Amino acid sequence: MHLTPVGLEHYLIVSAALFCLGVLGVIMRRNLIVMYMSLELMLNAANLALVAFSRFNNNLNGQVMVFFIITVAAAEVAVGLALIVALFRKRQTAHVEDLTSMKL
Amino acid sequence: MAIQDIFFYLFAALTLICAFLVVANPFTRNPVTSAMFLVLSIISMAGLFVLLHAFFLAAVQILVYAGAVMVLFLFVIMLLDLKEEARRHYKTFGVVTGVVSVGALLAIAVRAITTSGLSTGVQPQAEGATNALGKLLFTQYLLPFEIVSVLLLVAMVGVILLSKKDLK
Repeated sequence: MHLTPVGLEHYLIVSAALFCLGVLGVIMRRNLIVMYMSLELMLNAANLALVAFSRFNNNLNGQVMVFFIITVAAAEVAVGLALIVALFRKRQTAHVEDLTSMKL
Repeated sequence: MAIQDIFFYLFAALTLICAFLVVANPFTRNPVTSAMFLVLSIISMAGLFVLLHAFFLAAVQILVYAGAVMVLFLFVIMLLDLKEEARRHYKTFGVVTGVVSVGALLAIAVRAITTSGLSTGVQPQAEGATNALGKLLFTQYLLPFEIVSVLLLVAMVGVILLSKKDLK
């Protein structure tokens, strides 16, 4: 990496790398909870990109959007984890490989 | 190199390394370890937010994500018995295809970002804007703000319904 003064591109590359790590986690891991954490990483990557755009375009709307994303992510985590707990209570597993009852 | 740039590289490296350890820790597959590294990653991302002069969002990130959301995650991990995780092996085919496709995705994204010329001619504003953010949130975005509060209520009711033992 060339060490130029840090600009918008640097933040966007970090955001893209973070998003790709999240995708990798969802593809690679088979544990529902770790897959959920990878989803959080992807949401955070989007947040970082939005804040960077907001900063470098002198426009605060991006930060408001991030505020809403954080709120919605909190609600989403609560509902998703409740679903995982309900699923575990019924099937005694948190692995996607064991949850194949909807497979054709 | 300015001090902000040094901090940028520090926080960016910390964020990415911790995120990698969430996804693919070479030493352990324990979900608790993943959760702890996710906390570290989120906190260093709050550092990036501070460098971007988004002070309010940095505080919210630490309070909501590193505080509330991760406590919820840890509760659920402790609630479920996930010892089985350590005994399972990755499927080589899945890992290889995953790494290749994600690497291609990253290459496309980096190429698009570096050739787009986004950074040319933009000057960031000087001061942080928590004040202006609050004004914007309670004037232009007042309706979405209220709707989000309803969304949180709906999520709360849904979670209570989902965690009931027997649905009638």
